[in-house]
Amino acid sequence: MAKIKLSEKKLEELKAVCKSFNNEKGELINVLHKAQGIFGYLPAEVQEVISKELNVSVAHVYGIVTFYSFFTMTPKGEHPVSICLGTACYVRGAEKVLEEFKRVLKIQVGETTPDGKFSLSCLRCVGACGLAPVVLVGEKVYGRVSPDGVKDIVAEYNS
Amino acid sequence: MGKIKYHMLVCGGTGCHASQSDQILKKFETLIHDRGLENEVQVIKTGCFGFCEKGPIVKMMPDNTFYTKVKLDDCEEILEEHIIKGRKVTRLLYENPETGEHVSDSKHMEFYKKQIRIALRNCGFINPENIEEYIARDGYQALGKVLTELSPEATIEIMKKSGLRGRGGGGFPTGLKWEITRAVKSDQKYVVCNADEGDPGAFMDRSVLEGDPHSVLEAMAINGYCTGADKGLVYIRAEYPLAVERLKIAMKQAREYGLLGKNILGTGFNFDVEIRYGAGAFVCGEETALIHSMEGLRGEPTVKPPFPSESGYLGKPTNVNNVETYANVPVIINKGADWFAKIGTERSKGTKVFALAGKINNVGLIEVPMGITLREVIYEIGGGIKNDKEFKAVQTGGPSGGMLTVKDLDTPIDYDNLIAAGSMMGSGGMIVMDENDCMVAMAKFYLQFTVEESCGKCSPCRIGNKRLYEMLEKITQGNGTPEDLDKLRNLSQVIKDTSLCGLGQSSPNPVLSSLNNFYDEYMEHVNLKKCRAGKCKSLMQYIINAENCIGCTLCARNCPVNAITGERKQVHLIDQEKCIKCGACMEKCKFNAIYIK
Repeated sequence: MAKIKLSEKKLEELKAVCKSFNNEKGELINVLHKAQGIFGYLPAEVQEVISKELNVSVAHVYGIVTFYSFFTMTPKGEHPVSICLGTACYVRGAEKVLEEFKRVLKIQVGETTPDGKFSLSCLRCVGACGLAPVVLVGEKVYGRVSPDGVKDIVAEYNS
Repeated sequence: MGKIKYHMLVCGGTGCHASQSDQILKKFETLIHDRGLENEVQVIKTGCFGFCEKGPIVKMMPDNTFYTKVKLDDCEEILEEHIIKGRKVTRLLYENPETGEHVSDSKHMEFYKKQIRIALRNCGFINPENIEEYIARDGYQALGKVLTELSPEATIEIMKKSGLRGRGGGGFPTGLKWEITRAVKSDQKYVVCNADEGDPGAFMDRSVLEGDPHSVLEAMAINGYCTGADKGLVYIRAEYPLAVERLKIAMKQAREYGLLGKNILGTGFNFDVEIRYGAGAFVCGEETALIHSMEGLRGEPTVKPPFPSESGYLGKPTNVNNVETYANVPVIINKGADWFAKIGTERSKGTKVFALAGKINNVGLIEVPMGITLREVIYEIGGGIKNDKEFKAVQTGGPSGGMLTVKDLDTPIDYDNLIAAGSMMGSGGMIVMDENDCMVAMAKFYLQFTVEESCGKCSPCRIGNKRLYEMLEKITQGNGTPEDLDKLRNLSQVIKDTSLCGLGQSSPNPVLSSLNNFYDEYMEHVNLKKCRAGKCKSLMQYIINAENCIGCTLCARNCPVNAITGERKQVHLIDQEKCIKCGACMEKCKFNAIYIK
């Protein structure tokens, strides 16, 4: 992956976050949560900074980032689409909805469309099982989604 | 100031929240303001009512009218009719599916009749963001009683006598756990609340935290008093922003009221709570993994003993209980151990919260006494199987549990009976499956989950589950052999016997229980290359029945890959080479002309 340059302002913000947790290595997960909040994802460059600030190895930071599914090293799209693949959604046909999103957006799970508009991911249970199958676009929840409805959802964000 | 005549309780649970309950609440507030009724009508956002299937829910107090599936456009009518004219809006009332009668009071609905609400006592009743409402329902009374009247030993004795067992899945006696933690000598101890609800299809803990966060805080403080800890930690999923938010508000209010912090209620007892965020790892529900995650490490489990009660967070004695377990504690202290022990079965006392979901009419959150049968849960509370299909199985215990079938319908549900039936209580997910669900595919689905979530530390779990998954994949693709079924069974047993933690030890359960209960279905996949549920794509073909097809072209127009050909008013044909088996044609056909072979 090509190196990316982090903006000075965001870098300062990141260092301030580390400092707010007293640069303690036990707080690494909390720091990563905040860092992902700032950058939207956790590229290698961000992990390097954190490793320096908290005085732990980069490998350790990388180990944590890749262990937890909440952390991501690829930037998400402007409208991240998440399909719930919890059991309740699965038995009510979430897989077909996912297939349709892949087809309409022409990307696989974990990818972002070339225009950066949409990214596709799966998640496990948002706790709205009464509305299964459930799809999230950003923070907005769509319930009882059928494969037919996928085009309409995408169109909402394409205009 | 006039007296408040009506309270409107608007459900703020996740399901209803997703169906615009927030906007509904705002609209009510605006409408009330416009009419100058602020002094007579109060709108309150509550936690989950449980009946998620019919959400968003608005309940009118004091007359207990239960409005279902409320939309933004309905708000004005409810206000005009119900509040101003005193007439119920019949069309929004729950309709009994059998009699067609409208039921206005939730007490008379089949869904609620058999429920006993202890852990969920306040969910749907109080505003979780207002501590005074919790206090008004005996909140923090148990903490007061314990601190001023009872010794830690006496309190632990009550907990032991109540028979409460861990609601996170393990079922370890809660009082005993507290006693063990108390017995260990240390300068510092910790109380942890496990709110890392990772079971896909379960939302019990989340609903308690969103609907009644103070009950958990109160119980943690009681636990701290009993075990000798002054610090509590709630480990919660970052994916639950609403629960986190409400918990934060509750902590702030409790501190302001002197119910958390230094010198609680003037008794000299100190206790405070901090939040730690999970980051999406199912294995972190295991207590040693959870503790490592709280320490900022990878959430990998370690061998027990030592148990966290002896050496947990930062090497100090740590008492870990789950959200629902805590939610029971204040009630037990207030009403007594005998009262609690009267509910339930011989060895499983009290109630259990289940997230009832899947192919069932009434999806929702239910709390039922231990010992209730599956039949009662599915057919009475759950209202039966969706679309009148045949009941096939129910999975309890999530990916760690097993499938229960028709033969288990009348087994009383408790910890021991579920284990005897090849499943487990788990945290409370209950997924209902019908005739259209393939049990081999379900086992594969759960295995896929386990493979993704295995932490990778021990090889039986890391490699064994992967191999199980591959074998199931082979079978669902029509390449399985009868020997594979024996291999599945053997490998499952090895994984169960040799894995390090609960995740690995229980991960083959869906495979074993489906093999035991649906062996013929596996045999069909292997020998006849047939999937009777029509789920395994490689084993099925969509065929057009020439007799029924009138050539309307609807299927061809809806086929995403143009696999269907045929002239207008002529019988159509599906090109099996091109067909991706999405089933769109079958869904669209109005003449039942497409079937699965």
